Amino acid sequence: MEALAAVGNRVRRVLEIVQDMTLFCVSVLRSAFFPPYYRHEIVEQIHFSLIGSLFIVMFTALVAGQALAIQLARELAKQGAKSELGHFMVISSVRALGPVLTGIVVASRMSAGITAELGAMKSSDQIDALVAFGTDPMKRLVAPRMIGLWIALPVLTVIGDTLNVIGGGFIGLGYHVTFQSYYNGVAKYLTPVNILVGMIKPIFFAVLITTVACWKGFTAAGGAKGVGAATTESVVISSVGILVTDFICTKLIFRVLGW
Amino acid sequence: MIEFRNVTFSIGDNTILINVSFRVTKGQTRVILGPSGSGKSTILRLLMGLWVPDSGNIFVNEEDITRVAPERLREIRRSIGIVFQHGALFDSMTVGENIGYTMLEDKHGEEEIEEKVDKYLTMVGLDHDVRDRLPDELSGGMQRRVAIARALAARDPEILLYDEPTTGLDPQSAERITDLILGLRDRMGKTSIMVTHDIADAFKVGDRITVLDRGIVVFEGTPEELNRAGDPFIAEFLAPFRKAVAAARRREPMTTPGGLP
Repeated sequence: MEALAAVGNRVRRVLEIVQDMTLFCVSVLRSAFFPPYYRHEIVEQIHFSLIGSLFIVMFTALVAGQALAIQLARELAKQGAKSELGHFMVISSVRALGPVLTGIVVASRMSAGITAELGAMKSSDQIDALVAFGTDPMKRLVAPRMIGLWIALPVLTVIGDTLNVIGGGFIGLGYHVTFQSYYNGVAKYLTPVNILVGMIKPIFFAVLITTVACWKGFTAAGGAKGVGAATTESVVISSVGILVTDFICTKLIFRVLGW
Repeated sequence: MIEFRNVTFSIGDNTILINVSFRVTKGQTRVILGPSGSGKSTILRLLMGLWVPDSGNIFVNEEDITRVAPERLREIRRSIGIVFQHGALFDSMTVGENIGYTMLEDKHGEEEIEEKVDKYLTMVGLDHDVRDRLPDELSGGMQRRVAIARALAARDPEILLYDEPTTGLDPQSAERITDLILGLRDRMGKTSIMVTHDIADAFKVGDRITVLDRGIVVFEGTPEELNRAGDPFIAEFLAPFRKAVAAARRREPMTTPGGLP
């Protein structure tokens, strides 16, 4: 009976957290869509998330693209379809791997940074000080981060996708896939719809990363240890959340497009 | 000007304040005194509208802030300046940006902000060259003075709240802060509430003192009345302070020049 009550309490707690995060997400979106805007903070956040994540996104995209191309090239060669490498690279990179990989890399970096910063601000009363001086922390701290990621994440995804595909091309050369043949496959399947499918996901990833990271920062308690724990949880929830969001987005997009 | 009327507040199952009532008239400095965990800082957070009481009313200039709309509450907050425990300065901003924060928010001109920042730095006894330094580069005492300057610069508030303004400071810095608080009351007629567990500060600064014990008001009156109070909790609470004063008096002849044999 006690075990049942404990499970019940745990489920209730999880539901409460989901409810709190959903309400927080609604206020995040409201603060991002309606003025006033803190332009200086938005520019700062775009710089922090875009320029700050650029190198790591480029590096991981290039490496992951090459690893994917090795797998694909070997299998396609067995089937005598090496010329399809460009096709498969575009579909897997632009539609699936690129956005997810970029999302997870950016989530790891940004979630940790945002939660640690906001958690430290909360534990030193800086967030209460903002409220006391008549500033809405959602407007000043959260909305610029959301808008920054809305701009940075799609741009980083495009860069990541491009390097994924370029990396695949280099691997293809090693498997005697000519540049022309690879390019033809890429050009044929790099359609506006495929690009759009890949570009919709980062918008949702940005909402997820900002909501989780800011909520964890705002609710961090227990000093440095508490902020550390909140930061870890923030990275884990964001990363897993990106995979779940990717699955949901893919299912919905396929249904909408009738694929 | 400020009134707490039967305010009760709890966080979860933990009751922090029970039926707290007191009144602060214009130009008066009220000290909320009590041991750690007695609910002192909660009073300031409730007064800023950062938390909402379970029951009771909080009046600022005859307006019940527990019943006003969020927009009105934001306006009321503009008439209140607060100095948080440990300062709570924005650590990503310079001293000048911290002091000029509300002016920047209100889109004042750059020159005007610089001028006022210098004015408030002078008022709290800091050199103008600290303006471009980050809060982390200042001592604890200087950070508190910047926090007071920031609170004053926040739209020249009628009411000032101080949350443990001298905690963790050396005696000289603490004295400088309490002198500053007294100066602001005497020169500018600010209405203030200071939360502290330091009995000496309470006697020095307070026009009236409220003593809290585990969320309950156990004393309300002038410093002189507090000194005469016979309540066992107050006697016990004041005992270390009285012992220190007595010890200092006993040693006085030895430390005065020529007092040593």
